Amino acid sequence: MTRRSIALATAAGCAAIFAAVAYAPRLRAQQEPPLPVHQVPDSKSGGTVVMLCDGKTGVEVKGLKPGESMPHAQAVEVARQLMGQWRREHPNEKWEMAQQEHQTEQSSQPRPAPSASRATAVKPQSKGTQQGDTYASFTDRDYKVWKSETDNFVEQGNQLFHDGAALGGTIGVSCDMCHPNAANTHPETYPKYQVQLQRVALLRDMIDWCIENPLKGKALDPNDTRLRALEAYILAQRKGVALDYGKH
Amino acid sequence: MAARHKSVETKYMEDREAALRGLRGLDRRTFLKVLAATTGAVMAKSLMPPHSFQLIEVANAAPDKTASAAGMAGKPPFTFAYVSDTHLYQRTLNQRFVRAAVKAVDDVNALDPQPDFVLFGGDLAQLGRHEELELGRQILAELKAPVKMMVGEHDWFYDLGDAWQGMFGPPNYSFDWKGVHVVVLMSVHEKDFWTARKMTPEQRMHTVAGLDNGVQSRFEVGDDERKWLAADLAKVPHTTALLVFSHSPLYKYYRNWNFWTDDAEQVQAILKPYDHVTVIHGHTHQMLYNQIGNISFYGLLSTAWPWPYAPTGLPPLTIQMSRTDPFDQFDGLGDGRINVRADGLADKIYSLWDRNPVTVKADYLVSHGKIARPPAPQFASY
Repeated sequence: MTRRSIALATAAGCAAIFAAVAYAPRLRAQQEPPLPVHQVPDSKSGGTVVMLCDGKTGVEVKGLKPGESMPHAQAVEVARQLMGQWRREHPNEKWEMAQQEHQTEQSSQPRPAPSASRATAVKPQSKGTQQGDTYASFTDRDYKVWKSETDNFVEQGNQLFHDGAALGGTIGVSCDMCHPNAANTHPETYPKYQVQLQRVALLRDMIDWCIENPLKGKALDPNDTRLRALEAYILAQRKGVALDYGKH
Repeated sequence: MAARHKSVETKYMEDREAALRGLRGLDRRTFLKVLAATTGAVMAKSLMPPHSFQLIEVANAAPDKTASAAGMAGKPPFTFAYVSDTHLYQRTLNQRFVRAAVKAVDDVNALDPQPDFVLFGGDLAQLGRHEELELGRQILAELKAPVKMMVGEHDWFYDLGDAWQGMFGPPNYSFDWKGVHVVVLMSVHEKDFWTARKMTPEQRMHTVAGLDNGVQSRFEVGDDERKWLAADLAKVPHTTALLVFSHSPLYKYYRNWNFWTDDAEQVQAILKPYDHVTVIHGHTHQMLYNQIGNISFYGLLSTAWPWPYAPTGLPPLTIQMSRTDPFDQFDGLGDGRINVRADGLADKIYSLWDRNPVTVKADYLVSHGKIARPPAPQFASY
């Protein structure tokens, strides 16, 4: 991958994130203070305005309705246009291309994010620590986004855990009826030999067993988001409990 | 194996020894009564030699001043059975819980002799619908013994008790039975959490039906019913044994799951002057017992599903039920019966399906665990 394509991919990813943030339902708005969100101007053509990370540079995508996704090639083209526009407006500035370049050209201090006035600063680093690695450059905002994403996923699992029909259950039974707050699911004890199944079971095997039997539904595909969200919720309820695989 | 399966001869000799030990504690007057009762039992059963020596239970037959004063002496002890927490959906949706409820009814009908009455411990329905309650009423109608109904939150919060009361009458009432005063409470009132949130009846019911749903309020007996209880007890002497039925435990076990009654202390204060009080409750779906002052508490088994033990607050006297097998629909569930003794205390038998029954004697609780300790679980909770 060339530097240029990295930058484009990064910018495309950036644009996709902001399009998503602008339209995603704010599930947890009541629980946490809202994350900073760029003010995206309305589209004049009825399409969607996609913003660059600076929150100022924007490109109008005609025909893209809110909530719709662009094909990859179109997203790359949009990213290219955004970068082109940014370069035209900032002829004397360099866009961050890659960490290595950043390390060799700059002092040991990490550079502030492109839009220093809006984004949170990179976590302060003390002298004498290693610099320039992937994790050194993440900001508080990154951590907040990750936490929000994770909590949202756990919350999806929470909803499913309390809604048997959403899991394909057919007799009104839901997971929480036997496992309030996921009690007595002991995810920390897997993998272990489950004598009733005559094999070593993972947590997901037990989830599927419960969906098939007490819920009278069908086992979920291993890649089904619902199964992954259920695992996320169950594990989140046991935060801090030591892993103890094989425990009976 | 050997220790659990005793020969007929061994059992006979042990019973005989226990009977003789009991007789030593009797004064002459009581001895004559026991003798007469024994003779009566022999005659009634037409038992003649070779059964030259026939036994009746004389445990605690030694003179009890409390019981005498209360007029309990000479009152025959009695047994009642229970079925609880059936959580029925409509028959077309869910047969699983129907099968379990019917199984419990069959169990109780097979008891010989039959219990004086059957307590239904609440949560007949899952979502409070008329059809669910009606299905439950039909299943319970198969019981041979008379049924005493108690209401649970799953029966109540769809229509705030309309359907249930239409079928079964007022949710709180009292009656006297063989010298014991029995009170049935409606302990699952909740402060209004639904109006401000503009909830539909379905949403209100769904919220209460979620054990871990923190939006709902805590259970309470409430001011009005506590006044009713105090008035009801005003005419009952303190020496009379009390049996109190409540759906929620009348103490504070675990708030997050409403294993809890918010005004428990105030209710306990009303019951405090009585010598012997036994509170029987549903809702917790597990073997659970407690002693607070003069009050013994017993939790009933469900027929629908077992609840896990809560992470905190388990009464220290409770010995956990051995871990339940999720692959067996009936494990950890069941019904049971309660033997009310001549002294007004109650021994309780958990008739667990697919495993051995467990007896929790009143002596275990009133001695605060010093005697008659029930068996320990093979596997406790995680």
